[in-house]
Amino acid sequence: MTTRIFSSGIRRREDPRLITGQASYTADIKLPGMTHAAILRSPHAHARIKSIDASAAAGRDGVVAVFTGADTEGALNGIPCAWQVPNSDVKAVDHPPIAKDVVRYVGDAVAVVVAESRYVAEDALEHVDVEYEPLSSVTDPKKATADGAPQLHEDAPGNQAFHWTVSGGDAGAAFSEADVVVKDRIVHQRLIPNAMEPRAAVAQWVGSTQDLTLWSTSQNPHIARFLMSVVTDLPEHRIRVIAQEVGGGFGSKIPFYADEAIIAFCAMRTGGPVKWVETRSENYQATIHGRDHIEEVELAATRDGKITGVRAAVWAGMGAYLSTASTGIPTILHGLMYAGPYDIPNVHGDVYGVFTNATPVDAYRGAGRPEATFLVERMVNLLADKLGMDPVELRRKNLIPAFENGHDVSTGLTYDSGDYEKALDMLMDSIAYQDLRRDQAAARSEGKHVGIGVTTYVEICGLGPSQVAGAVGFGGGLWESAIIRFHPTGKVNVMTGASPHGQGEETTFAQVVSHELGVDVDDIEVLHGDTDTSPMGWGTYGSRTTAVAGAAVALGARKLKEKGKAIAAHLLEAAVEDIEYDDGNFFVKGSPDQSKTIDDIALMANVAWNLPEGMEPGFESTTFYDPPNFAYPFGAHAAVVELDPDTGQISLTRYVAVDDCGTQINPMIIEGQVHGGVVQGAGPALWEGAVYDDGGQLITGSMMDYALPRADMVPEIETMSTDTPSPDHPLGVKGIGETGTIASTVTVYNAVMDALKPFGVDKLDMPLTPERVWRAIHHGNGS
Amino acid sequence: MYAAQIDYHRACSLQEAIALLQEHEGAKIIAGGHSLIPLLRFRLSDASSLIDIGRLDELKGISRSNGCVSIGALTTHAELASSDVLKDACPIIPEAAAVIGDPQVRNRGTVGGNLAHADPGSDLPTVLVALGAEFRVAGPSGDRLVAAADFFQGLMSTALGNDDVLTSVEVPAAQAGQGMAYAKYIHPASRYAVVGAAAVLTASGDTCSAARVAVGGLTPSATRAPSVECSLTGNGLGEKAQAEAASQVANDLGDDLLGDISASAGYRLKMAEVYVGRAVAAAAARTA
Repeated sequence: MTTRIFSSGIRRREDPRLITGQASYTADIKLPGMTHAAILRSPHAHARIKSIDASAAAGRDGVVAVFTGADTEGALNGIPCAWQVPNSDVKAVDHPPIAKDVVRYVGDAVAVVVAESRYVAEDALEHVDVEYEPLSSVTDPKKATADGAPQLHEDAPGNQAFHWTVSGGDAGAAFSEADVVVKDRIVHQRLIPNAMEPRAAVAQWVGSTQDLTLWSTSQNPHIARFLMSVVTDLPEHRIRVIAQEVGGGFGSKIPFYADEAIIAFCAMRTGGPVKWVETRSENYQATIHGRDHIEEVELAATRDGKITGVRAAVWAGMGAYLSTASTGIPTILHGLMYAGPYDIPNVHGDVYGVFTNATPVDAYRGAGRPEATFLVERMVNLLADKLGMDPVELRRKNLIPAFENGHDVSTGLTYDSGDYEKALDMLMDSIAYQDLRRDQAAARSEGKHVGIGVTTYVEICGLGPSQVAGAVGFGGGLWESAIIRFHPTGKVNVMTGASPHGQGEETTFAQVVSHELGVDVDDIEVLHGDTDTSPMGWGTYGSRTTAVAGAAVALGARKLKEKGKAIAAHLLEAAVEDIEYDDGNFFVKGSPDQSKTIDDIALMANVAWNLPEGMEPGFESTTFYDPPNFAYPFGAHAAVVELDPDTGQISLTRYVAVDDCGTQINPMIIEGQVHGGVVQGAGPALWEGAVYDDGGQLITGSMMDYALPRADMVPEIETMSTDTPSPDHPLGVKGIGETGTIASTVTVYNAVMDALKPFGVDKLDMPLTPERVWRAIHHGNGS
Repeated sequence: MYAAQIDYHRACSLQEAIALLQEHEGAKIIAGGHSLIPLLRFRLSDASSLIDIGRLDELKGISRSNGCVSIGALTTHAELASSDVLKDACPIIPEAAAVIGDPQVRNRGTVGGNLAHADPGSDLPTVLVALGAEFRVAGPSGDRLVAAADFFQGLMSTALGNDDVLTSVEVPAAQAGQGMAYAKYIHPASRYAVVGAAAVLTASGDTCSAARVAVGGLTPSATRAPSVECSLTGNGLGEKAQAEAASQVANDLGDDLLGDISASAGYRLKMAEVYVGRAVAAAAARTA
């Protein structure tokens, strides 16, 4: 009755409505009596608010209300950080949704205008009279820790937001006994996430019932509801958060933002629904940024290339306030990965979270792991240079040998399963590495400059066991749930608490149910993104949706399979042990003619005319899945670049990705994730970077200045895979959403540095803009 | 971003457009809107009203007569890029138009709007200065022709008066022995020219008998490069002569050089030499 669709690249079922404009995003919501909000944002990086006079703005035609921080007193609590990493002295500084006394970054909310139209609201912003007393500011996370640096928060002396350490083995001994030590200073510039859809919120308040409904561009509506309750003191069951269609997030829509609280407040105060849609320029200032690390790193090794230790000190810019998950990114998701895919027995890292007068930083695709992979892979290349070894051979020498069920790492993690060398072998065959090196040497002799970068990586995703979440200070669980509901006609709804926003789980989850229960994929509808109708879940991020919520779906389907067997046994008058299942049919062992289809079972369970004694009616399962471990996808990537020494311009001419995400449900979707991820990771290597001037103004304030990668700037991405099942996931699935960005930044970077070798350049900050490269060629290292 | 409130008028004829300009102080002409609308949305333009000339058929189309090509101001960049008349008569224009912005910009943006806006990173001003084009300008007292080099008067500043409308561009068709090329260093974010170099060379045998070279992107407006032209003229067109000529470009660009975070003024000056060299080399190869 069905064709096998598991492991097949069927087309994404969400796409027709998305590409024909029939999907309804938050910005498309129109409610009777709806007004429009515009938020006045600080033009100063750091200033004291001496006075605010909103009367002129409030008096304008069409303006409904103007609110400032003082108006929210007693109505809105501070915006919380939800990740209190233990043993780190995290400073939970106050973050008022609308600034009251001090603004701490360009983009900090100062007032909000509610008006009959967005245009009226925008015009009125110019009439809110704010008197500022500018204060000195700092945006560089290392400089912010210096004596005499401007101080952002009284409660955070030295601007230190936290200090976290990771330690395994004895790094001190490893370094003092090392034959060889290589060092580098690595800077991960700030990145702007640039989801295609900016953030938006529509809030509706029903005073008579005290119900708040928030349409939001959240990646995790249940967390948004939870934190909205914390910020407004409204009981959680009176809050409904709907994230129906969300146009990408890359992590930037995980946080609970001040803006959502402000819009809810506006709705409660004005009594009518209020809409706010972020502009792109506003998005650049007010939506979180990613990365912002300054790292001092060293690697210890024996003379023959065995890596014995890694040590790092990291200054991680947090921006002006601690965003929802910000503290966990440079710590748990970063420092615990310092061993990479290698057997490195001794690890030590100090991570200093630092407040700066800049947009808050939080998770951005890869979140901590691109920086960790970069750190390890850059140092391995520097070690190879120092030892005169081929960088691939050096990697091979240090890779953890294949394992199927758990490998303990010096940082305290237990990797799930891996065959890292197999992925590297596949990559080497694909790019014909030795030939490529020969061609490179030949090209160099003709004055052409080609560079090759090769990366082996492992990453941590599929967050994660809730017990671990608690132990590492995350203010929530990390399990997922699924409801699978068969209707009498055999059609199915799957309700997930995860909140996919572009990843394609409406397709992959349908494939999982189809695979488990033999229902045609077109007869399954996956629902998500509404706290009133979706079961509890912690959201879509960290490559966790299929790895965690997908497991709940698979196990839920298996529960129904068992119930189906019991019903079939009853109807066929056979013992339940004698019922076998195959592809949507339940039949008596040895008598395939005596069978019931899944449709027969769904109908009987729903009408309940004839069920086994004591069995509850209905054909529906609710399943909660708490993963026993994280997932650890891995792989090997290669980039080839060409360098034009006359201009410093780099062409990325080839990119090959071998990724192992365990069992593949939909290879086409996986390929798409890798394509997008690789390009997004190449961006910071070559083009992207948010830049603040000395006064804390964001110079890269729009896409006219912030260089995003475009289709014509990258080659066709070649993708391949190995398939090492997760020992923990019921389907063997790991995660694929971030592997591209995790591996590609350093792969492209190392390729460029390889091309620059003949020029004696071994150090250069990202992005590797033509000018930087050209200056390095002509004037040596640095800028 | 949301533009401030602004009046809008649609002109049904060129005369009406000029009359509307006279009537409404601070009015701006709009056609494709790809330069003006971003300014309005960032609230960087003080225009109080818009006069839409986008439907005036008399300003559309490309025609060739008597060794001259006339390009209507409303011609889109995409139309320039695909024009067979221009590919034959003045191939540097389609070459440059094809690297303006991205397909959306090329489909909506117009020649007239691009030139009137006079962004220093625009491609067409550089090419038209090199070609010695003339711009037809209609105003309250009639038509006049303005040489391209006189039209651009600095950063986003032109010879257009408040009540003037740029109606067409008149370009001399290529002559025998002419080769022309545009070399562009594309800004990775904005897609404007970091440096754009246009070269129009005429060869007689092995000798360069005439050279017109212009540079844009790093100067407030498109700039002729007389030192480069002088170095080329009367000499051979070999690699060495090209490089020698290109190395002269710094003499032609003045001190007022533009830079930004992706390419400083000093770097752009070095790149001007590289891109002039590339434009000259490509143009020389096409003289054959």
